[in-house]
Amino acid sequence: MKITVNVWRQKNASSKGRLEKYQVDHVSPDMSFLEMLDTLNQQLMAKGEVPIAFDHDCREGICGSCGVVINGLAHGGQLATTTCQLHMRKFKDGDNITVEPWRANAFPVIKDLMVDRGSFDRIIQAGGFISAHTGSAPDANGTPIPKDNADMAFEGAQCIGCGACVAACPNASAMLFTSAKVGHLGLLPQGQPERQQRVLKMVAQMDTEGFGGCTNIGECTAACPKEIGLHFISRLNRDLLGATLRGGSTVD
Amino acid sequence: MTTEIKPQVDVRQPVEYTDARVNANIPAGPIEQKWSKHKFEMKLVNPSNRRKYTVIVVGTGLAGGAAAATMAEMGYSVKAFCYQDSARRAHSIAAQGGINAAKNYRNDGDSVYRLFYDTIKGGDFRAREANVYRLAELSVNIIDQCVAQGVPFAREYSGYLDNRSFGGAQVSRTFYARGQTGQQLMLGAYQALSRQVAAGNVDLNERTEMLDVIVIDGRARGIVTRDMVTGKIESHLADAVVLATGGYSNVFYLSTNAKGCNVTATWRAHKRGAFFANPCYTQIHPTCIPVSGDHQSKLTLMSESLRNDGRVWVPLTAGDPRSPDKIPEDERDYYLERRYPSYGNLAPRDISSRAAKVVCDEGRGVGPGGLGVYLDFTAAIKRLGESTVRERYGNLFDMYERITGENPYKGPMRIYPAVHYTMGGLWVDYNLMSTIPGLFVGGEANFSDHGANRLGASALMQGLADGYFVLPATISNYLAQGGLEKVDTTHSAVQEAVQSVTAQTQKFLDIKGTRTVDSFHRELGKIMWEYCGMSRTDEGLRYALQRIPELRQQFWTDLRVLGSGDDLNQELEKAGRVADFIELGELMCLDALERAESCGGHFREESQTPDGEALRNDDDYCYVAAWEHTGEPSKAVLHRETLHFENIHLAQRSYK
Repeated sequence: MKITVNVWRQKNASSKGRLEKYQVDHVSPDMSFLEMLDTLNQQLMAKGEVPIAFDHDCREGICGSCGVVINGLAHGGQLATTTCQLHMRKFKDGDNITVEPWRANAFPVIKDLMVDRGSFDRIIQAGGFISAHTGSAPDANGTPIPKDNADMAFEGAQCIGCGACVAACPNASAMLFTSAKVGHLGLLPQGQPERQQRVLKMVAQMDTEGFGGCTNIGECTAACPKEIGLHFISRLNRDLLGATLRGGSTVD
Repeated sequence: MTTEIKPQVDVRQPVEYTDARVNANIPAGPIEQKWSKHKFEMKLVNPSNRRKYTVIVVGTGLAGGAAAATMAEMGYSVKAFCYQDSARRAHSIAAQGGINAAKNYRNDGDSVYRLFYDTIKGGDFRAREANVYRLAELSVNIIDQCVAQGVPFAREYSGYLDNRSFGGAQVSRTFYARGQTGQQLMLGAYQALSRQVAAGNVDLNERTEMLDVIVIDGRARGIVTRDMVTGKIESHLADAVVLATGGYSNVFYLSTNAKGCNVTATWRAHKRGAFFANPCYTQIHPTCIPVSGDHQSKLTLMSESLRNDGRVWVPLTAGDPRSPDKIPEDERDYYLERRYPSYGNLAPRDISSRAAKVVCDEGRGVGPGGLGVYLDFTAAIKRLGESTVRERYGNLFDMYERITGENPYKGPMRIYPAVHYTMGGLWVDYNLMSTIPGLFVGGEANFSDHGANRLGASALMQGLADGYFVLPATISNYLAQGGLEKVDTTHSAVQEAVQSVTAQTQKFLDIKGTRTVDSFHRELGKIMWEYCGMSRTDEGLRYALQRIPELRQQFWTDLRVLGSGDDLNQELEKAGRVADFIELGELMCLDALERAESCGGHFREESQTPDGEALRNDDDYCYVAAWEHTGEPSKAVLHRETLHFENIHLAQRSYK
C-alpha cells in the first residue's frame, strides 16, 4: 500500500508546530500503525531528515506510552485499541492520514507527537493509593471481597493512563482517568478509610492541573482502549458529593 | 567458600572452584532459618538517622518501584529514575499471567518447600538454593502486601482469592488479575511510590536515562544521567545505588520486551567493575505471535496461562496444506501431550519452546514460512462454553485478533517461541549486592533466582520480593556499617564519569556514517537468534564471535545519528543502547561457548540425551559463570561460583 500522512512536527515545547506531508511506500497491511511510522522514519533518515518523535514502548497496548490523534480520533477510532495495536489493514491503499499529538492544556507538547502527561502522575500522587506500609498487611484471604466488587474494581484499575480520554473530550476533562482510580480503590474494603479524602484531593488536583470540567458527553469512554465505563464518573460524583457534605470525614 | 554446611553424602560433589571474588555470603544454618537469622544479625539504621542517607534507585518497575517506595517509607531519602515518561510504564506492566505464592489456599499440597523445589528444578539446578528458598518464603508476604494495596486479584464467588496453574508445577499456586497481573502489581507499586513522592521522600526523575555508575574508593556512590528532553548530562550522588533496570532480551532485536528495554545501566556498571553472571541464559517463551514480515518491530507474547486450556499441536505429516479444521484428530500430533504426558501442555517454557522448534525443523510447522504451531481452544470451548473462555482469556484473544486479523474463537491460534526474559544479569551475593560494594541489583537485572530457566509467574514474585523485602533490609545493613565518606560533585571520579558520558554522546553524532541504529540492531539480532538462540553449537558460537566484533567496528564507523545532543533525540538514545547490546552479545556468545553443557534455556546441540532432552554436566558446570570486564568483551575473565545442593538432589530434570 501507499499511504500519505500529514504529521504534526514541532521542534520543542516553545516553538510553533505545523503539519508536514509525507508519502510512505511499501506499507504492509500486517504492519502496526507505529511500524508504519518506523518505516517513514527510516525513509526520512535515509534522506538526512530528522525523524518524527513519538512515545511508544511495550507496543502491546498496556504501558500507555503511545497515543496520537489519527484523522481526528484518539488512537484512531478502532474500538478498545491503542495506537500500537491499530494495524494498517484498517486503512486502504492511497489513504490520506492526519496524525497529531494529544491536544490539551494539561498535556503540553514536548516534541512532534510527544506530550507531557505529568499531570496524570500528580493526580495519582494527590491520593490515588491505599496507604499500606510494606510489611503491615494481614493475610490476603483475611477479608473476602465479593466477586462483583473485585471485578468492577478491576475494570477501573485497568486504566493505562494513556490520556486518550482527555484528548477525545471537547473539554479536555480528566474525569474518566480520575474516576477510574477513585472507583477502583473505593470499591474495595481496603480503600474505605481514605475514600473521602481521596476523592476530594484527586479532584482538586485535577482542577489545579487545568483539565476541563465534565459535561457527560461520553467521548472519553468511546476512545478508552480499556473501555472504562461512564458509570465510574457517576461513582466519582456520588463520592464527591458525599465527601463534600461530610467535609472529608468518614463519620456521618 | 560459599557455605559452611557439609553436603549430604548421597549428593554428587561438584568440582569445587574457590574464588574469593564471588563469595555469595550465604548465612550459615538450615535453609529454613537462613533468612530470619540473617535479618536478625543484619545491622539496622535508627529511624531518625535514615533521612541522612540517600539511596538512588534506577528503574521503577516491580523491583525498583517497590524498593524505592519501601525505603522511602522507612525514612531514607530516595532518588528514583526511569526512562519512561511515567514511573507507571516500566515494562513489568506487560506481564500477563500471574504471580506464584506458596499460600496453599487450594489445599493441594503446596508449601514453601515445594515452591522452592519446583523453582530449583525448573531452573535446571543452576540457581543458588539459599536465594530461591528465601524467594519462596517471601512469596506469601507479597500476596498479602498487594491485596492490602488494593490489587484487584481474581476472586471466586465466595470472595476468596482464585488460583490457576502454571508451567512446571503440579499445584495451583498462581494468583492473577485476568491477563493483566503485571499491570495490577505494577500499579500497586507505582501507587505506593506516588504516595512517597507526594510525601517528599522520593525525588522522582522521569524521562531520565542512567548512563554510568560513579565509583569512589571502590564503592558505588552515584550515577550519571542524561535528561532525555533537554539533553542535560548530570551526576547524582548517594550512599548506595540500586539497579532495577530489567533484562536484555532486546539484544535479539525482536523480543517480547518493550522497545525501550535495554542493558545500558547494567552493562555500564559491568564496565565499572560489576561482574556479569550467566549472560547466555535467556528464556525463549513458547507462546508468542509469529513474525509477520520484515517490518516487525517487536513480538507479542500470549500468556502461558493459555496453556491451561489450549492444546498445542501440528499436523502429523510434513507440509500438510489443509486448514486446521480440515485435519482430523488422528492426523494431528499433540506433541507436548505425547512427549510429556504428566505435564502435557504445561511443560516448562524451555522444553515447550524446543519441542516447537523440533516439529518446525521437521517441516511440520504451520503458517507462513512454517514457523508456527497451533494453540487450539476447540476442546476448552466445547467443555467450558465460549463465555467462560472469554472471561478467562478475553483480553488475550482480543489482542490476538487485533494483531493477526484472525478470530481465535473460530480457529486455533498460531504461535511460535520468542525471546522473553533473561535469567542472566549482574552477579549479586545473598544480599543482592554486586561485586561493586554499595551497588545493589534487583529483579530481572540480577542473575540470582531462576538458574538456567525461569518458571512462569516467578518473575513478578522475584521483582517484588527483592523490592519490598530483600533490598530494604540488606541496604540498611550496608549503610549501618558506615565508612561512607562525604563526597561531592567536584570529586575527580564524578568529573571523569560525566566527561566520558558527554564524550560518548558526542561521538555518536560525529560518526556521520550511512546506516541507521535500527539497521545495526536488526543485524545483531539476526546473529544472536541464529547462533545464540534456541539451540547453540560450538561452531555457530565461534562464527558469531567473529561476526559481532566486525559489526561493532562497522557500527562505530558507519553509524548515522541525525539531530543534536541538546534536545530530545530518540535516535541518540537508541545508539547508546545498541552500542552496549553489541558488546553484551559478544559476552553472551563467549559464555554460551564456555558452557559446553545443556541446561534450561541454554541448549548445546553437542550435549543432549538420546531422546533430544537437555543433558546437563554437573561434574564440570555446576557453577555460576561470573564475568569480569577487563577492557574488551572478548577478554572478559571468568570467575566461578560453585553451586552447592544440600537440600535438593541434583537430578536429570524430567517432565515426562
